[in-house]
Amino acid sequence: MYQTDNLIKDLVKEYGSRRDSLMPILQGIVEKHNYLTDDAMVEVAKELDISAAEVYGTASFYSFLDTEPRGKFVIRVCKTITCSMKGKHEVLETLEDMLKIKVGETTSNGIFTLLETNCMGWCHKAPAMLINDTPYTELTREKINEIIKEYMHK
Amino acid sequence: MMETKKISKVDLIFEDIDPREILTRVKGMSATEIIEEVLESGLKGRGGAGFPTGMKWKFCSEEKEKDKYIVCNADEGEPGTFKDREILDRVAQKVYAGMTIAGKAVGAQTGIVYLRGEYKFLLPQLRAELEKFHKMIHELGFDFRIDFRIGSGAYICGEESALFESIEGRRGEPRNKPPYPTSSGLFGKPTSINNVETLVNSVIILKYGSEFYKKMGTQFSTGAKVFSVSGDTPKPGIYELELGMSLLEFVNEFGDGDTKAVQVGGAAGFCVPRKLFASTVIGFEGVPTGGSMKLFNSSRSMYNVLHNYLDFFNEESCGQCTPCRVGCQQLLKGVESVKRGESKSTYIDELVKLAATMKVASKCGLGQSVGNAFNSIVENFREEIIY
Amino acid sequence: MKKNKMVNLKINNQPVSVPEGSTVLQAAEKLNIHIPTLCNHDDLCVAGNCRVCVVEHKGARTLLAGCATPAAEGMDIMTNSLKVRNARKHVVELLLSEHRADCTKCYRNQNCELQELANEYSFGDHIFLDLVGDHEAMIDDASCAIIKDDSKCIRCQRCVRTCSQLQKVSAIAVSGKGSEMKISTFHDRPISHVVCTNCGQCVNRCPTGALTEKNYIDSVWDAIYDSGKHVVVQTAPAVRVALGEELGYDPGERVTGKMVTALKQLGFDSVLDTDFTADLTIMEEGTELLTRLKKALVEQDKETALPMTTSCSPGWVKFIEHKFPEFLPNVSTCKSPQQMFGALAKTYYADNRGVDPENIVSVSIMPCTAKKFEANRPEMRDSGYKDVDYVLTTREFAVMIKQAGIDFRTLEPSGYDSLMGDSTGAGVIFGATGGVMEAAIRTAYEIVTGKPVPFDNLNITPVRGMEGVKEASLKIEGCLKEWSFLEGVELKTAIAHGLTNANKVMTAVRNGEADYHFIEIMACPGGCIGGGGQPIPTNMTIRQSRIDAIYEEDMSLPIRKSHENPEVQAIYKDFLGEPNGHKSHELLHTHYIERVPY
Ligand SMILES: Cc1cc2nc3c(=O)[nH]c(=O)nc-3n(C[C@H](O)[C@H](O)[C@H](O)COP(=O)(O)O)c2cc1C
Ligand code: SF4
Repeated sequence: MYQTDNLIKDLVKEYGSRRDSLMPILQGIVEKHNYLTDDAMVEVAKELDISAAEVYGTASFYSFLDTEPRGKFVIRVCKTITCSMKGKHEVLETLEDMLKIKVGETTSNGIFTLLETNCMGWCHKAPAMLINDTPYTELTREKINEIIKEYMHK
Repeated sequence: MMETKKISKVDLIFEDIDPREILTRVKGMSATEIIEEVLESGLKGRGGAGFPTGMKWKFCSEEKEKDKYIVCNADEGEPGTFKDREILDRVAQKVYAGMTIAGKAVGAQTGIVYLRGEYKFLLPQLRAELEKFHKMIHELGFDFRIDFRIGSGAYICGEESALFESIEGRRGEPRNKPPYPTSSGLFGKPTSINNVETLVNSVIILKYGSEFYKKMGTQFSTGAKVFSVSGDTPKPGIYELELGMSLLEFVNEFGDGDTKAVQVGGAAGFCVPRKLFASTVIGFEGVPTGGSMKLFNSSRSMYNVLHNYLDFFNEESCGQCTPCRVGCQQLLKGVESVKRGESKSTYIDELVKLAATMKVASKCGLGQSVGNAFNSIVENFREEIIY
Repeated sequence: MKKNKMVNLKINNQPVSVPEGSTVLQAAEKLNIHIPTLCNHDDLCVAGNCRVCVVEHKGARTLLAGCATPAAEGMDIMTNSLKVRNARKHVVELLLSEHRADCTKCYRNQNCELQELANEYSFGDHIFLDLVGDHEAMIDDASCAIIKDDSKCIRCQRCVRTCSQLQKVSAIAVSGKGSEMKISTFHDRPISHVVCTNCGQCVNRCPTGALTEKNYIDSVWDAIYDSGKHVVVQTAPAVRVALGEELGYDPGERVTGKMVTALKQLGFDSVLDTDFTADLTIMEEGTELLTRLKKALVEQDKETALPMTTSCSPGWVKFIEHKFPEFLPNVSTCKSPQQMFGALAKTYYADNRGVDPENIVSVSIMPCTAKKFEANRPEMRDSGYKDVDYVLTTREFAVMIKQAGIDFRTLEPSGYDSLMGDSTGAGVIFGATGGVMEAAIRTAYEIVTGKPVPFDNLNITPVRGMEGVKEASLKIEGCLKEWSFLEGVELKTAIAHGLTNANKVMTAVRNGEADYHFIEIMACPGGCIGGGGQPIPTNMTIRQSRIDAIYEEDMSLPIRKSHENPEVQAIYKDFLGEPNGHKSHELLHTHYIERVPY
């Protein structure tokens, strides 16, 4: 759980309070906190004068607008066909070993969440993953090791 | 048999040109002149559906509304497609120029680039380029402004009306058509929505002329196209090739010597087996593609390929209409059940019929195209799917 | 675009011309060609998502959704080609595969649109695999009013459109995507823990058994069979003009007398009328309004909240508690007629009849699902007991009649029992939008001026009708001495039905754009006759027939003004003293609670 403090008010100031401001506002919250708490969704609903169920319904449509707790770094491993042919399995295994979690879980210190995602447009450099917004491609065990270690120190 | 062209690489999309020069010329042209030129070139949309771009602009320009929009579709979610990212990464100014030209053609002052969330890392660089661009067109006297909207991980938002819904702050559920975007699109206003590559093509056409453009490709598929090549190939990557080559030509160039099938057009496209390579034309008269070319060699299980695609659709369908929402689940569970021996192998035939229904009864292009991959894979690799 | 431009097309080779803007479905209707539909509903905007109504347009690549496709010049439509039939059968089979088809045990058995389609398109074995998982986990039955069973949901989104378009509540929305797509409350909380007003309009429009009222049929039977219990039943005005629909009559048939007989045959100890407390409400609420006006106009009391709004619709009450809590002081403190009845049943009635209130079971038959929630509000125990024990909808009541093997058509009509059984026309019209206003004016005007309202036959037509928001004003002239402060005052009123309209009116009030004195609000379209507990289906025509029946019933009664109800006069004399008096406040008035807006 996190406090949104003035974040939502600031986002409303920046993007406005019309319905079409909803996506940028939700994206802004997720950028900062990686997921949407119920409180955050309720506050957005109030600001935009729409129902909380609609905010939830909209957010839950988009796989990057998580409504369940997520870690500080969300790792999304591509599972679509080319990545799956080119070693997605090892990528996941390596990550699961390093982080001691399974797909869908978050490390107990709240730092990493491991997820799968659909094609992210790096098929020619498969296998690939995103950590928050940053793509990593042509992954090998060694490469993943280095990347994750780096994040552990961030 | 259809006439095919030899494989022929070109370098136009990524060519380093000064958009100022073209835009200066466009400034002096009338909307009708621009539209005529694009119509004459035979350019068809590069986002998948292949609608003639000139027609789209014409319809939109004929609308009487004051507010109109140009939307650049940079949602690029089709599995195996990554050319739009490359274009935006390398020649963003040309994309913006294409939007400005479209704006002039249809009479719109606002452009929006809908960039998929997976490409958000490009945003700082794209914004910097945009700032330069805005300055330039301001100097040239264009009344046109571009802004960004970012997706959040939903393939269906590449579908034009779902994309509008998403920008409007809703779930990305495709709308009923008609009305079409050119009369009622974003915020209910006339909208021309074009793929990233289509827009760059319009710049090429206005620079080199429609005559030059038409010389590339075939009668029904003029011009060249950026292909995203991946899978079992020694040289995966981005290639700009004239349209109209045979798939055999393509495989000879990009295959690893053991290609058994090519998925043309991504998960929504068709699976072409080896025996049909020679007779398959890549283009609107044959098998169209938004650019995705995925090669599979004989070590690959086509069951896994199919399963992967079905899993994709199962998650990425918006879920609003019955044939697609439930159909995708049934196809996925169905092939699993046959594979496990829980359903008879003839159940596959029921699923083929179901896929045919999805093709005609689904609300949008997603549900309508699930049957492409399903039926072409099942028809050609039935044994692999069942046993 | 010209309005009257016609387009010509062919459907099943028959030519037809329809006004531009009509859908293919409407064009087919004109030819009496039936195209099946599911997500389509007359009251709601077009969705085009179930795809049951697909038709073939010769030459087109895909089939078209009849409900969502505008008829266009030269179209050549086939509604029953092989391609169409095959697709439709698949669509129905697919819906069945995600639906827990437990028909024989389903509350909607034999009144289910999916079942009807299955009858036509899918007999024999199912083609596809069953997709319904662990259905126990998919049922939300925590609410005392509404049960949501996702295992029966076919995702047509009618409920979602109802809740947002008609009711402006959006307690439910579509969530997830792909195979995970479903209808969900805020973060899937129980429906009892969200902004839901329990109005039941979604229930009325659900084509299957996915949304139903929580039924209390067995509890009521138990009470009836318990010889130690004295079971009293009250019937709301709108039930008598709709019950017939559940029993094979056309909409708009009045069955008051037969209904009373049926209740007696079911074994209720006393069959009484909510109309009685509707009349009482007029006395209480009318007095409250006059008092507020006096405080505001004469005493210039700034604290007095005006406009005053009605409080008899529990869906509306919960709505305002969630959405406009700052206006709770404006809501009349009068309990609804149901709850006034309940409080009196276990006090006044118990005393008079010499029954220990402990042994009284008070049942009400309502056109409403929100009444179930209302009866369960902790405030509603002023008699010292739960004032109303069980609330049954019109639908549940019809089930009991069928269970008892009663041949309703052949029943001899009979009259209500007495003590709280007298009805007036004023009480009856509570069932229609504008009715409370009309009844109130009939009485208040007469109290203030000593003369009947200046309308033909007492029919105050400006407050009647289906318009979403109605405004009416009445100049008060010729006041009696004690009311002289009202002389020349133009009483301004507004009437809204459906919560979207309620929202409009309240927004106008909030923005200072309206200067009403009195507002009648009913949560449901058309008022109680369109309530969430009424027979399914519903549409504008059906609601209009019920309303027509309400006014016929009004005209048929000898007494048509609340203050002339002899039992009402008696209860003030014998028990309550005077309107808004001490006893009234104890038993007949209540207060409201601010609730969270989600
Ligand atoms: C499921 C689905 C996904 C789509 N995704 C994209 C996309 O990512 N990019 C794109 O340009 N067009 C996509 N389209 C096609 C668009 O709906 C639209 O036709 C296109 O953007 C028009 O541009 P064009 O005429 O330049 O091709 C998609 C269509 C469907 C049905
Ligand atoms: S076909 Fe699929 S993606 Fe398209 S509207 Fe229907 S459910 Fe949504």
